[in-house]
Amino acid sequence: MHKARQNPLHVAAAHGALILYCVIALFPVFVIIINSFKDRRSIFREPLSLPNAESFSLIGYQTVLEQGDFFLYFQNSMIVTVASLFFILLFGAMAAFALAEYRFPGNTIMGLYLALGIMIPIRIGTVAILEMMVATGLVNTLWALILVYTAQGLPLAVFILSEFMRQVSDDLKNAGRVDGLSEYRIFFSLVLPLVKPAMATVAVFNMIPIWNDLWFPLILAPSEATKTLTLGSQVFIGQFVTDWNAVLSALSLAILPVMALYVIFSRQLIRGITSGAVK
Amino acid sequence: MTALSLRGLNKSFGTVDVIKDVNLDVEQGEFTVFVGPSGCGKSTLLRLIAGLEDATSGEVYIDDNLMNMTPPAKRGIAMVFQSYALYPHLTVRGNMTLALKQEGLARKVIDERVDEAARMLDLASYLDRRPAALSGGQRQRVAIGRAVVRQPKLFLFDEPLSNLDAALRMNTRLEISTLHRSLQATIIYVTHDQTEAMTLADKIVVLRDGRVEQIGTPLELYNHPANQFVAGFLGSPAMNFFPAAQLGSEHGTIAGIRPEHLRVDPDGPLQGKVIHVEKLGGDTNIVVNLSDGPNITVRLFGQHAHAANDDIKIGFDRSHMLVFDAAGNTITSAA
Repeated sequence: MHKARQNPLHVAAAHGALILYCVIALFPVFVIIINSFKDRRSIFREPLSLPNAESFSLIGYQTVLEQGDFFLYFQNSMIVTVASLFFILLFGAMAAFALAEYRFPGNTIMGLYLALGIMIPIRIGTVAILEMMVATGLVNTLWALILVYTAQGLPLAVFILSEFMRQVSDDLKNAGRVDGLSEYRIFFSLVLPLVKPAMATVAVFNMIPIWNDLWFPLILAPSEATKTLTLGSQVFIGQFVTDWNAVLSALSLAILPVMALYVIFSRQLIRGITSGAVK
Repeated sequence: MTALSLRGLNKSFGTVDVIKDVNLDVEQGEFTVFVGPSGCGKSTLLRLIAGLEDATSGEVYIDDNLMNMTPPAKRGIAMVFQSYALYPHLTVRGNMTLALKQEGLARKVIDERVDEAARMLDLASYLDRRPAALSGGQRQRVAIGRAVVRQPKLFLFDEPLSNLDAALRMNTRLEISTLHRSLQATIIYVTHDQTEAMTLADKIVVLRDGRVEQIGTPLELYNHPANQFVAGFLGSPAMNFFPAAQLGSEHGTIAGIRPEHLRVDPDGPLQGKVIHVEKLGGDTNIVVNLSDGPNITVRLFGQHAHAANDDIKIGFDRSHMLVFDAAGNTITSAA
């Protein structure tokens, strides 16, 4: 930014607003993490104080690691999230490419139909989905979750990606065709790399709801072997007594993998959000 | 042998007819330029030849083989695009070899062709760079190199110079023309710039609204345009048009005279006021507002001391006058 166009007051105001927003957004996370390192009494007496020598305790983490198979839950959540993202991106991008690239009768109708899913929450169909999963014998498998999440993520993915694919230069695709590349190679080696930022955006938007979801794991895959992390944490929340140490520790641990995935996508994500704004 | 024939070619997008009954023959080794204002269908016509669009009706023959159902890669063509369309993830060498690898040529042949093209286009020192690290002119040379290595029967150029600045455009024009001579290549070249058309072409095809207006050598079209559109489109500054009666012609409704066929003449029949003078050094263009008619341009060779607001009289030679009928067609007997 140019010095001449900088008004110190505006800069301060902008930073102030952003800092305030950061504090509001991060505060719950901060409270969860500090309290996960405190004993039960301190959590209730002084929920906002940092753990000190007296209140410091790892009892929560101990409970989490001893009770239930937490590594398995982690692994289940990871498999479900990564596999769902993979299928959302793959099929979403393929559908978006077809809609953006080929003229065929019903193209617009098909696009609208695919976008309709954005407006209808998939949970409305829970009963039907459950019936289908029972009929196909997929209940209590991770596939049940992967399929549902893929269906849930596709509409938005198709919508966002087809918009970006329209911007990929026609000349480039045609150069590929003249050079004898198949449509698949044009898609995978020319178009996909150019819409990477959009793919990262779609990935992040889908990743967090999938990782945090409690509804479908509870209904479709509640068995011990297929529990996800969010569902697994629920064992500590009872009707009468809740083991807050364990819940807070489990939640703190659950943040880590999402953060790792986010870091992977974030560089692309930022480029996606700012694309068009810069340049 | 005819390198390219188009027979009754039509193309519609929905209800819009973009190409209307185009017939054309291009001989081996000929440099053919499609020229016309934007939206006239010239790029669509090129894409029909390339096989990137399917014709609604009509036939495309390349080397006397019907190509309507042949995919672009099998037509023996190579195309150079306006936006270069280089593969961003490949190096210059990768860009040039991709199509050859797809064709399944031997490694040795590929290397020979790339080296030859790189030498010809002066690209040898960039072969390992990616397109992002090249300037506009270099990128266009790579795009041309990518076409050259394929040794196609037909080169297709889609406005290859319009993204380059003026000086570079001149150089690249020269390169393309040299290339045409040294490869004896058959080239179809699309442009909206009549200067490019006039300087490069063996044969010009003037298009308007999807229809061929006239086909011929540059000077044929310049000297004997078939109609008012062709007359006005070719030549810069553009031809001056008058009501025929004003120039004393008994035929036709519109008369046209090129700016260089007008002269400043104290006894001239046309009189007006100078409104603008373009001093180009070699030429002087004077824009004159006639007292009883349109603005016209007079092109004088050398440097002249006219200024805006001068009163001026213009003379012309009737043998250089073209006369058009009400529909815009040239009346041949008008001289």
